[in-house]
Amino acid sequence: MKILVAIKQVPARDSLLTAAASGKWIDESNLEYEINEPDAYALEEALQLKEVHGGEVVALCAGPDRASATIREALAKGADRAIHIAVDDIVEWDTLATAKLLAAAVKTEAPDLVLTGLQSDDVGAGQAGVVMAELLGLPHATIIMQVDIEGGMLRVKRELEDGWFQHVGMPLPAVLTIQSGIKKLRYATLMGIKKAKTKEVKSLTPGDLGVSRIASYELVGVTLPQKSKQTQMLKTVAELVEKLKNEVHVL
Amino acid sequence: MSGILAVLEAGNKLSIETMVAAMDLGAKLGLSVHSVEPDGVYTADGFTDGLADLIRAKQFQVVLFPHTYQVRDFAPKLATRFDRAFISDVIRLRVDGGVLFVTRQLFQGKMNAEIQPLGEPVFLSLQAGAYRGGAGGSIQVETMPAASAAPRQKPEEKFREAARAVDLSAAPIIVSVGRGIKEKENLSLIEDLAGALGAEIAASRPICDNGWLPMERQVGSSGQTVAPKLYVAVGLSGAIQHLVGMQGAKTVVAINKDENAPIFEVADYGMCADLFEVLPALTAAIRAAKG
Repeated sequence: MKILVAIKQVPARDSLLTAAASGKWIDESNLEYEINEPDAYALEEALQLKEVHGGEVVALCAGPDRASATIREALAKGADRAIHIAVDDIVEWDTLATAKLLAAAVKTEAPDLVLTGLQSDDVGAGQAGVVMAELLGLPHATIIMQVDIEGGMLRVKRELEDGWFQHVGMPLPAVLTIQSGIKKLRYATLMGIKKAKTKEVKSLTPGDLGVSRIASYELVGVTLPQKSKQTQMLKTVAELVEKLKNEVHVL
Repeated sequence: MSGILAVLEAGNKLSIETMVAAMDLGAKLGLSVHSVEPDGVYTADGFTDGLADLIRAKQFQVVLFPHTYQVRDFAPKLATRFDRAFISDVIRLRVDGGVLFVTRQLFQGKMNAEIQPLGEPVFLSLQAGAYRGGAGGSIQVETMPAASAAPRQKPEEKFREAARAVDLSAAPIIVSVGRGIKEKENLSLIEDLAGALGAEIAASRPICDNGWLPMERQVGSSGQTVAPKLYVAVGLSGAIQHLVGMQGAKTVVAINKDENAPIFEVADYGMCADLFEVLPALTAAIRAAKG
């Protein structure tokens, strides 16, 4: 079974973000990057499915040069090979255009299963998987907590709102978006890191894939959110205890 | 015919906000407003086919959805069928000189982005609170049968896991913990504070994903909805998925070392500080105050 996992590189979670001088995006000059967390779970699920069903796991990532660090990490964890769609201006590609890039690369591989995280920690549109499915003509399901494969059929557990779940069946090939927490994440081993250096990373450009950047929307600008409430910022524990006692009346 | 289509979801309270927002937008853009509630068993294929036919037949210019898990499952597919990007999780709509601008969050609420949709139709989903206003009137909600084209997804009955042993919805005081706690071992700081306050312990999703606390203590869109008298958010950034679960709290106290953490936007009292320094002192001071 061939499983393709689409992963994204995003700014590290505890980054302190500021708007760039252009006001069009964040200031990227001093940022550290990491794998988008839900995609790490998608990769983990793919690796565990391979352990049960055999086959190979191919990591797919679109991004500038820096994305190669995230691709190496996926290979170190156990992906067999990778495809890097080299795009310097990836933040300027909207959700549809990005999914077109990914889908075009998926098509060249014709995998049995495509996994990705349910959303990204940066843009957070939560669409790459669903849009890819439509572009590829494949069935899909989102926010998946469990994946079972039997006799060429998928049976997945979808998370619904408010503590509800639902099992959904569908034929392979298919696209699934994976919820964080589906399995425990593994760390890359020293051996894995060593092996990763010899694994194949195929580099493609949007031109190779025949995809150009056509926008459905334009980003006007980014700003820090405005406070909806008047927050009293307190300096000391004593002040906070005083508020809890005299204003909130819980002490 | 053209105009705005509001696609509602039966039984979801965000549907009402979406309809009101659609009417307001219709008034501002001079467009007629229609609303439809797809009927029958949900499948992504069925709802997409049905709505695509309707939108094509009536040539709607704007299609609005409530931002629900179900919408997330099919609306991007529907928009793709029209070669449009779906603009999800919109928190604000603005019309300026007859042009629509929308705001959505980036980086889990740490930044907002204003976006101008280009071309038609425009597909948008609205987050809770995206529209606050008092537009009057009402519109007829039509039901639309899900298209019968054999859907590839075979949904089974919905279910809940074993009954929740913990009901946070009635807790008067909640101490809630996020990633800032760093290690499972550090949860004792939270337990001590909760003990001193007589509070229940809750958490954001990543803490439960890591297995540090049981899933039933998760507050947010995929967990419990709470409305305590006091909600103390510790090391918790306040992603929108968490905020929707605790917006009913009467008083919110936030302790976080990032002054731009979105949790401070909804907090009544904030301390921008290292929780590992604040918590032991706070617990001791509360114990002393209680005698």
